[in-house]
Amino acid sequence: MNELKKIADFVGFCARNSIKGGEKLWYWIFFLTFFMSMGAFTYYEQFTKGLVVTGMSDQVSWGLYVSNFTYLVGVAAAAVMLVIPAYIFHNPEAKRVVILGEGLAVAACVMCITFVTVDMGHPERVWHMMPYIGKFNWPSSLLTWDVIVLTVYLLLNLLLPAYILYHDYHGTKANKKLILGVALLSMFWAISIHTITAFLFVSNTTRPFWHSALSAPRFLASAFTSGPAFIIIAFTIMHKLHIFKIGHKVIDMLAVIVAVAMQINLVMLMAELFTEFYNAGAHTASAHYLFLGLDGYNKLVPWIWTAIAFNVTAAVLMMWEKTRTNEKTLLFACGLAVVGVWIEKGMGFVIPGFIPTPIGEIFEYGPNIIEVKISLGVLALGMLVFTLMMNALATIKREELGAAESPY
Amino acid sequence: MIFKSDNFTSPDPKKRRTVKALGVGVAAIAGGLASSTSPHAAVSNDKEMGELFQDHYKKMTAEEVAESIARLEKRYKRQYDVDITVGNAPPKEDVLFGYALNISKCKGTRECVKACTAENNQDKEPNMEYIRVLEMDQGTMNLESANHYYPDDQVTPQPGKMYLPIQCHHCENPPCVDACPVGATWSEPDGIVVVDYNWCIGCRMCANACPYWARKFNWREPNLPKEQINTKTHYLSNRPREKSVMEKCTFCLQRTREGLLPACQQACPTGARVFGNLLDPKSEIRYVLENKAVFRLKEDLNTQPKFWYYAD
Repeated sequence: MNELKKIADFVGFCARNSIKGGEKLWYWIFFLTFFMSMGAFTYYEQFTKGLVVTGMSDQVSWGLYVSNFTYLVGVAAAAVMLVIPAYIFHNPEAKRVVILGEGLAVAACVMCITFVTVDMGHPERVWHMMPYIGKFNWPSSLLTWDVIVLTVYLLLNLLLPAYILYHDYHGTKANKKLILGVALLSMFWAISIHTITAFLFVSNTTRPFWHSALSAPRFLASAFTSGPAFIIIAFTIMHKLHIFKIGHKVIDMLAVIVAVAMQINLVMLMAELFTEFYNAGAHTASAHYLFLGLDGYNKLVPWIWTAIAFNVTAAVLMMWEKTRTNEKTLLFACGLAVVGVWIEKGMGFVIPGFIPTPIGEIFEYGPNIIEVKISLGVLALGMLVFTLMMNALATIKREELGAAESPY
Repeated sequence: MIFKSDNFTSPDPKKRRTVKALGVGVAAIAGGLASSTSPHAAVSNDKEMGELFQDHYKKMTAEEVAESIARLEKRYKRQYDVDITVGNAPPKEDVLFGYALNISKCKGTRECVKACTAENNQDKEPNMEYIRVLEMDQGTMNLESANHYYPDDQVTPQPGKMYLPIQCHHCENPPCVDACPVGATWSEPDGIVVVDYNWCIGCRMCANACPYWARKFNWREPNLPKEQINTKTHYLSNRPREKSVMEKCTFCLQRTREGLLPACQQACPTGARVFGNLLDPKSEIRYVLENKAVFRLKEDLNTQPKFWYYAD
């Protein structure tokens, strides 16, 4: 009973502190509320009329929602790049900020789950997936695997920092072995969420563009590019806003990870291009559609070449030490990597799998305004979750994280 | 307080809370106005409550299935103003259905497609079709060079062309069944792959897994004019569907389980279609399989279709 009261105390404290703030915080919340509300009302329309209001079709049955989901799984997985140095190698710089990475993973997981939900035709039937009550088609359906790994990853990233903070709050001692064990588990789990999300696509033997053993490794490489790049940008913003002091060492470490992962990603891209195009048979049609266009249909061609240009530029800027350690060029390169990978692994990966259809029809897809509005709403939700968590954290861990007394 | 600044907020905490709540409210209303929803957007969704909590078809007891059917018939009556009977005939013993199609006889008239949409209560205008007839140049079987949309009124067949109708192949090793996260689609003992429309969550995993593009999704509430409804239906087949569920060819099990032939087979003017029980050695389909050079589409994917093509 006493323990329960202590937990309630802690949760109440966090909740109170998450919305404590001045003018700027509330303007930011109003701003996010606008987009969330727009997304919610637009979703209401989609729910009542059916998915016919989106740009999707029987030919291309997944679109922007699943593309964003795929991308954000990578962002969530990237937290592992702080977890490994912090908990395994006891790098003090990483240890100081690992909790921010975990917060980002939670926000990304929330967005992933929301994107999958808005893509479903019957979200009110989600209980059909529960074992015993419903019918959980595990292990043969890859979607059931994805549900398990995402939910558990969300919990791991929520509960591990909560456990540490809880003991900080009450001034009690946390079990170090337990922390190390959970950190190790979440490390493997980060790899698994992205591998299984890739398998969701790879398992479709009839779609050669996805059905490649390289899909999962490429997912990991691009996740460890865009994720840490995203974290670098987020950390810099938080540093500039004096929310947290982020040391240079962490940024440098992450920048090296982005540089290496981007190069691996590009090598894999080349391997894929060779395999697809050297013996250009029927299996090449989707790749042909993506990179060169097929029978006059070429909606994705400028899109993917933009991504490749962004990724190559980012790789060059990150490889050269002078531009990697310069804040401006580093941020620019990270921005390119985030957008480049979002294109490449989002719509650049999901859509060509559908074109042509398994019986050879070419039917193009582009997201429409409804999908864009709902996606913006989901992103706003994720940002709100992240903001509130960081806000609470800033109060709790002010000294350790060096959040200065606000200058505003 | 990380975003600490007090010129925005009143010193009175009560007033401060009001300002914040007001701000969130205004932002929410503005967001609502920026969405595309119109007051007339909603399609009435008059479902029986019981349907919301209904169990999986295979997990229901006989009484629960009967209740569910009564509920459905009542709703259909209200929705379409016609008496629709929802059958529940089980698969017959020692029956495994198979189909064979003679591509040298097929003339591409699309009579099968029309009969199918008349039989199975699909969404109309634009018609949802379970059968896609491909028009291809003679001398190739490359599906990607096929024409899916040759005009309906063209005097078929065109010289130098061949026709290949594709529908659900009712695989013995169906990838769609594996892909479904909730087991809403499965293979019946008589070999027919069916969908429980009340259990499907609309994730479209199955459609992505199908090598024959046989699964069709209800992107909208189906448009089913009263006069075009086939009132004789089966729970696992042609009963009227709702929006956001998957559906597909069921070899017309509402007919074939009662000894009739599928609508597409009956409609074919050239007799290109042979349907029957693969376990009956005297059946016509067995004769075709044993005496003709047959082939199956995409056999390399190991889906083991029960749909063969042949030429003579």
